[in-house]
Amino acid sequence: MAKLNINGKEFEFEASPDMPILWAIRDFVGLTGTKYGCGKGICGSCNVILDGNIIRSCITPISLAEGKSIITIEGVENENKYLQQAWQDLNVPQCGYCQPGQLVSALALLNDNPIPTDDDINTAMSGNICRCGTYTRIKKAIHKAAELKKDV
Amino acid sequence: MSNSNSIKMQKHNNLSRRSFIRSISLASGGLVLACNVPNSKNEILKSTDDLNGFNPNLFVQLKSNGDLILIASRSEMGQGVRTSLTSVIADEMDADWSKVTVKQATGDEKYGNQNTDGSRSIRTIYEPMRQMGAKARAMLITAAANQWNVNISQCKTQKHYVINKISKEKIFYGDLVEEASKLEPPKDVTLKSPEDFIYIGKGLKSVDVEDFTTGKTKYGLDIRLPNMKYAAISRCPVTFGTVKSFNKEKAIRVNGVLDIIEIPRIKKAFGPLGGIAVIANNTWAALKGKEALEIKWDYGDNEEYTSDTYMEKITKNVHKKGKEVKNDGNVNSAFKKAYKIIESTYQMPHLVHSPMEVPNATAYVQNDKCEVWAPVQAPQSTRKEVSDYLDTDLENITINVTFLGGGFGRKSKPDFVVEAVAISKMIKAPVQVIWTREDDIQHSYYHAVSAQYMKGSLDKDGKVTGWLHRTAYPSITSTFMPGVKHGAGFEFQQGLTNMPYEIDNIRCENGEAKAHVRIGWLRSVYNIIHGFSINVFADELAVAAKKDPLQFRLDLIGSDRIYPSDNEYKLDTSRLKNVLNITAKNAGWGKELPKDHGFGLAVHYSFYTYVASIVEVSVINDKLRVHNIYTAVDCGTVVNTDTVKAQLEGAAVFGMSLAFYGKISAKNGVIEQSNFHDYKMLRIHETPNIHIEIVKSNEIPTGIGEPGVPVIAPAIINAIFSVTGKRYKNLPLEDYGLV
Repeated sequence: MAKLNINGKEFEFEASPDMPILWAIRDFVGLTGTKYGCGKGICGSCNVILDGNIIRSCITPISLAEGKSIITIEGVENENKYLQQAWQDLNVPQCGYCQPGQLVSALALLNDNPIPTDDDINTAMSGNICRCGTYTRIKKAIHKAAELKKDV
Repeated sequence: MSNSNSIKMQKHNNLSRRSFIRSISLASGGLVLACNVPNSKNEILKSTDDLNGFNPNLFVQLKSNGDLILIASRSEMGQGVRTSLTSVIADEMDADWSKVTVKQATGDEKYGNQNTDGSRSIRTIYEPMRQMGAKARAMLITAAANQWNVNISQCKTQKHYVINKISKEKIFYGDLVEEASKLEPPKDVTLKSPEDFIYIGKGLKSVDVEDFTTGKTKYGLDIRLPNMKYAAISRCPVTFGTVKSFNKEKAIRVNGVLDIIEIPRIKKAFGPLGGIAVIANNTWAALKGKEALEIKWDYGDNEEYTSDTYMEKITKNVHKKGKEVKNDGNVNSAFKKAYKIIESTYQMPHLVHSPMEVPNATAYVQNDKCEVWAPVQAPQSTRKEVSDYLDTDLENITINVTFLGGGFGRKSKPDFVVEAVAISKMIKAPVQVIWTREDDIQHSYYHAVSAQYMKGSLDKDGKVTGWLHRTAYPSITSTFMPGVKHGAGFEFQQGLTNMPYEIDNIRCENGEAKAHVRIGWLRSVYNIIHGFSINVFADELAVAAKKDPLQFRLDLIGSDRIYPSDNEYKLDTSRLKNVLNITAKNAGWGKELPKDHGFGLAVHYSFYTYVASIVEVSVINDKLRVHNIYTAVDCGTVVNTDTVKAQLEGAAVFGMSLAFYGKISAKNGVIEQSNFHDYKMLRIHETPNIHIEIVKSNEIPTGIGEPGVPVIAPAIINAIFSVTGKRYKNLPLEDYGLV
């Protein structure tokens, strides 16, 4: 029996311990916001936060995630609602497919660094590919989310 | 244009707006705008699942509580079409945007052409969607006038209300549902004047932005059905190769794997390639099972395909006389009299779309019927392929169009849907077929590899007197008619034969190039190839003429004139020069730039839209950086300014990706790239500042999804030259070690 803690909830299901948590989250837990992009940890579409660190869920097996806490896109709102607000205000997404991974990466960035510079953003976000090319808006949205949170 | 499904559909694509309305009327039994006919109503019910409400046409349903359901007939793949098309209806209806829900149409002829490519959604159905809204509004006005017993001229509308201009009374749209449902739709309505638009021309936010940012959007891969199985397919590494034999022992032992079956190839343009499918009860098991398969392949004829030798061959073909595709004046005599002759050869590799969401489809075949959920750009041709495969009537096939995690042309080709249908039929259960990223990169419908040769002559004043352009690339037509060796007219029309330079002697030729992989259309298609060579060569001529590249280019476009055409879209050179001048002004062309920085420009007309870009780069220690991209666009009437801006921002990044890294190559028939580590695309730290200006215009709307792409790569090449004096004529730049 596999056991995962996702967005503060416990989930138990039958799956082999070598299964990447991407597929556990999508096919067993039923949260489809986390996306498959490359399966090799290159594109960031599948990014989730594991015990505070950004990880590629497509190459992280269940065995490494058990007993730890996972935050997926579905849990971002509880962590930092300003990110989604900024993303929506700036109409960032085009097709939207990579955006859950982008938002999760941005959440991890702002958790570590509440007021990032452009360079900080470039470094933290360079693991996420957006084929539609929304990068300039992503950068603006991260600055905006940082501002919104600071002003509270 | 870009699409050539096209070959047979071109006639349909060229329909004028008026005949569009007629065609959808015919397709639905002449009932589209007749609201009270049972047959029509059933169709609406099928698409909206609701008995109540005012349904003046297939695209509009108003409920008595005021909720307004508008149908988007084109696929959403990031171009904002669900928002833009429905905002046009809502505008003409004077509807309250906050009451609008957008519903996706299933694939069905009754909606008119649903092909979502060729940058044609707004261009072709802007006017029909306005009609849908305006007719609904007219009926609501009549309903209110009847209630008040006044003339309709005494009524106006505003934000979901009909208002009596004299008494100032008003009635909520929802309260008119019953009365309006009794009315016949009007034959003719007056459309709004542009100054009365409330949504058109504004930058409405995407109706889907909340779902996009919370993970709720359902893409193809997010479909979950009861008892659904998951499948992954191993396909022959060489295009059109076949299975000789296979051993499934190891794969079947993978925990979760249920079955392993062979799928035959179907020899059609959109037929599955065939291979061995692993059926499992979760995605991971299917992928692991696929890895464990042992298959012996018969590679077939395309094993001879190696990109290096192929490039040599097609380059030879452009260094000799080819098939004439355009001949104005006499280039040979111009070359004889020339003061200066310039020659150049350009080489560009195959590209692949690689949308972030891989091809995938979910299908459930039950007896004669089949339901599909898939991210498809062409739901009607998907439906046709499925009905052909199952040998059953179109009516038995339902194509539910999910959100597309990017398309770029790949998802117009529904081979992946037929795979899911084939498997579901065999296993008698719903199944989701997933392509891995490796499958996507190695088994696509590739953008054509190309070689081009150009020769130009200058007189002693630096004026261009002769222009010879030879191209060789496998044609999209080869996917439909194997063995084709030359390009097609619709491909040449993408920048080659319609090049708007005022030169007396122009000759275009096409050399032989056989296809060894499936060739397909990719965002802006052959415009990428022609836009590159023409813009780089024009810059080379400017240098040879010792002239400023901007002034030289304006002179090359020449006098104000409008080219004739067989449709309502006419290339107007004054609009082309205008976007170039705007870009130059925004970039500050001519100003002093920091050391090692330089500007490059490019201008291109495609999908009836005028685009110019100026790129600022630096090259320091042989490393290229793009700092700024300035783009100006004239696409006629703009429905959504924010979408247009976003499409051009995206096009700049797409164009940079192909300029920097885009390369698909084959060795002994096998594609050498496999994932994002060796088929790279631009990332955030490489992305420049992007500055967009949209020309304000009341001209008819033209394309926007693709026209921003072709200018980017040549502008970068020209900018690099302005810094280094080196002219890079082949792509990608990564091969030169520049990035």
